[in-house]
Amino acid sequence: MSVAPTIGRRSHGRVSQLLFKAFLLFSLLVGFVTLGVLLVDVLKDGLPALSWSLFTDPPSSDPEIAGARPAIIATILMMLLLIVMAIPVGVATALYLEEYANKERWYNRFLEVNIQNLAAVPSIVYGILGLAFLVRGLGLGRVLRAGAMSRTLLVLPTIIIASREAIRAVPSSIRDGGLALGATKWQVIWRQILPAAIPGIATGSILGVSRAIGETAPLLLIGAVTYISFDPTILGPFTALPIQIYQWVRLPQAEFRELAAAAIIVLLVLLLTLNAFAIWIRNRYQKRW
Amino acid sequence: MRWGEVLVKGLLALCALVSVATTLGIVVALLVPAVEFFQAVPIRDYLTGTEWAPLFEPAHFGVVPLVVGTLSVTLWACLVAMPFGLGAAIYLSEYARPRTRSVLKPSLEVLAGIPTVVFGYFALTWVTPFLRDIGLDAEIFNALSAGLVIGVMLIPTVASLSEDAMSAVPQALRDGAYGLGSNKLQVSLRVVVPAAVSGIIASFVLAISRAVGETMIVLLAAGQQPVIDWNPLHAVETMTAFIAATGQGDVPTGSIEYKTIFAVGLTLFVATFLMNIVSIRLVRRYREVYE
Amino acid sequence: MTDIQSAVAARPESPPASHEVVFDVRDLTVSYGGAPALADVSLEIQRNRVTAFIGPSGCGKSTFIRCFNRMNDLIPSASVDGTILYHGQDLYAGDVDPVEVRKLIGMVFQKPNPFPKSIYDNVAFGPRVLGQKDGLDDRVEEALRRAALWDEVKNRLKESALSLSGGQQQRLCIARALATNPEVILMDEPASALDPISTTRIEDLMHELKQDLTIVIVTHNMQQAARVADMTAFFSVRVDEEHDRRTGVLVEYDATTKIFTTPGDKRTEDYVTGRFG
Repeated sequence: MSVAPTIGRRSHGRVSQLLFKAFLLFSLLVGFVTLGVLLVDVLKDGLPALSWSLFTDPPSSDPEIAGARPAIIATILMMLLLIVMAIPVGVATALYLEEYANKERWYNRFLEVNIQNLAAVPSIVYGILGLAFLVRGLGLGRVLRAGAMSRTLLVLPTIIIASREAIRAVPSSIRDGGLALGATKWQVIWRQILPAAIPGIATGSILGVSRAIGETAPLLLIGAVTYISFDPTILGPFTALPIQIYQWVRLPQAEFRELAAAAIIVLLVLLLTLNAFAIWIRNRYQKRW
Repeated sequence: MRWGEVLVKGLLALCALVSVATTLGIVVALLVPAVEFFQAVPIRDYLTGTEWAPLFEPAHFGVVPLVVGTLSVTLWACLVAMPFGLGAAIYLSEYARPRTRSVLKPSLEVLAGIPTVVFGYFALTWVTPFLRDIGLDAEIFNALSAGLVIGVMLIPTVASLSEDAMSAVPQALRDGAYGLGSNKLQVSLRVVVPAAVSGIIASFVLAISRAVGETMIVLLAAGQQPVIDWNPLHAVETMTAFIAATGQGDVPTGSIEYKTIFAVGLTLFVATFLMNIVSIRLVRRYREVYE
Repeated sequence: MTDIQSAVAARPESPPASHEVVFDVRDLTVSYGGAPALADVSLEIQRNRVTAFIGPSGCGKSTFIRCFNRMNDLIPSASVDGTILYHGQDLYAGDVDPVEVRKLIGMVFQKPNPFPKSIYDNVAFGPRVLGQKDGLDDRVEEALRRAALWDEVKNRLKESALSLSGGQQQRLCIARALATNPEVILMDEPASALDPISTTRIEDLMHELKQDLTIVIVTHNMQQAARVADMTAFFSVRVDEEHDRRTGVLVEYDATTKIFTTPGDKRTEDYVTGRFG
């Protein structure tokens, strides 16, 4: 080459590059904009209808005095039941898989695959499970216990997966140190590993429980009744906040739509609090190894 | 042999068995009534019949309308979730600065945390009127509103998994492409996306599976009309909506109508199960290549 | 005589006469996040020669070579002061597009990085990106021949590039860089990840390629520099105890024979005789 090459000033497809980047940004925005519109819409309809009667009154066919008290109480009861039932079993399973199970054995690998599959099963199938076994099979009837039990099964895979991550994150030097001092495996787990993993476990569990509270489909099948006016107990018929919302949305009167929006605000605030709590736990107690 | 240790291990293993029992329970709960159902209704009629009218005289048990309803909604959901989810992922992986990404990625997850009943409310009370406002002749219940909203709800799913796959592509490949005089668009589309394709497809399959299994949004916004109608502006009924509607009612245990819940449930379970296996395999494949 | 001196003595050419200047570097300083990694470098790269950058690790030679095709732009915290003129044009002028620069100046990296595509598609990538869609088959063949890889792969062009051995992959990367007919090829330690036989093949390649191209290489292997390079630049590290900073500086730049037999600077002499480094 005897002529010195000149550097081109314009890149091929400058326009297409800009268009591409615009599309990418738009993709990101679609989600956020929709979220914003949704929130504005809910607030617009719900804030006027938000009042104490929502918390104190039972539902009724008269929108003026209808409230969601049984639903709110039931949701809280359900949440507590979930925490009591799902977290111990979930953490125990995670401990078994991480600390005790021999990964080479086929039954343990099967266990892992099984949990992964369960995490992806549609929630309504858990409702079918509950319907068949708990409501009709065991004859429990359409009661809160049944609802809580099938929600437990629903949330279990999520808690297991989150707990495993937390337990795995604990460095093996802690285990080795404890064992070297002559402690038994369980002592090391109980005194060293679990305490270290608790922030991760707590965060994952709370997030899992908050997702479960929003899951409505299984409860439809288990038979959350939407017209109870008394305070629900564990043993009796029940309803739940998402169910109440669902029922109100379907009613023709516009006031019920507004009530539904108000109940949505309550639900979202509840979830937001739970999630913020989970993140606070993680930030506060997370040790950096 | 420390008996305490054995006891502990046994207890923990027992807890682990709960998950196995769950799967077994699901399979049994679905299979037993479904098998009985298929003794009364030939499988061929079920799978190929085009009329779904279990409560009529004479009853028809062709599941095709329900499947079409599910597919119609899923189609619109995918048309939203796949391109925008992938676009968001490319932006997060190739264009955003690390600090921006650490803020944007969790924010996107917020979208995924909203309960589906709230999305259903939104589809019914805002999206459908909106579609009408811009001139589309949509019925009160229609597949398009539900599909669009499900799609937006699934954007974080596609974006998250795709972004993980793209982050796993080694920087050396990008350097090589830049060194050859490629611009960012070319590097993203010709090198990174092809290299991450297993993970991206896994995210697509997962999104389809979730769309198929979604209940509340379709229940509130898509309707209860089991018809074979691909027009998105009309009402349809999905498999999940049927199960939810029938399961709520006081259908007598043991009747043929009761068993339809399980037959359709089984169909749903098998479909999502197969898709989930494919998705998990694909994720394992891209993890093997780069880690 | 030491190993290196015998290597230099074995070279066939007489001390090179002056050639046209391709790159004119003036007072170049590269900083990462404000801390200078390489300071005040000035030299000229000549056409149709192999120029080597040598020096201990941390002396900034990789940073320096990446300035020539503006690869440092990809690192957000990097900033470049000073000038590099490419045939008289300022590489870092405000209106210069880095993408255009890289179309004229190719690069081969330390670890072979073929794309997970077929051998053909790897070599064709550059021309396709430039929009040169015709005569692809011929371009690919010519590039592979120049990289001395054609005979080994001509019957399996559609196979995955990852099925090649390490040495073959690196020659593929060279072919890939050659396919766009650049004037300059930069090589950042191109043989350090390879076995000795592959290394020799690549060094032979450099001797052939420099007939048409200008080659700049970074190497930590002094014998290699002695074998292939016409001109050699020796870099060293200047330690600033007060601010706990290590900055790379250019110590000496001259014909290779001179650097290795009669170096002008004591630091150079210490390095090439193995007293430190």
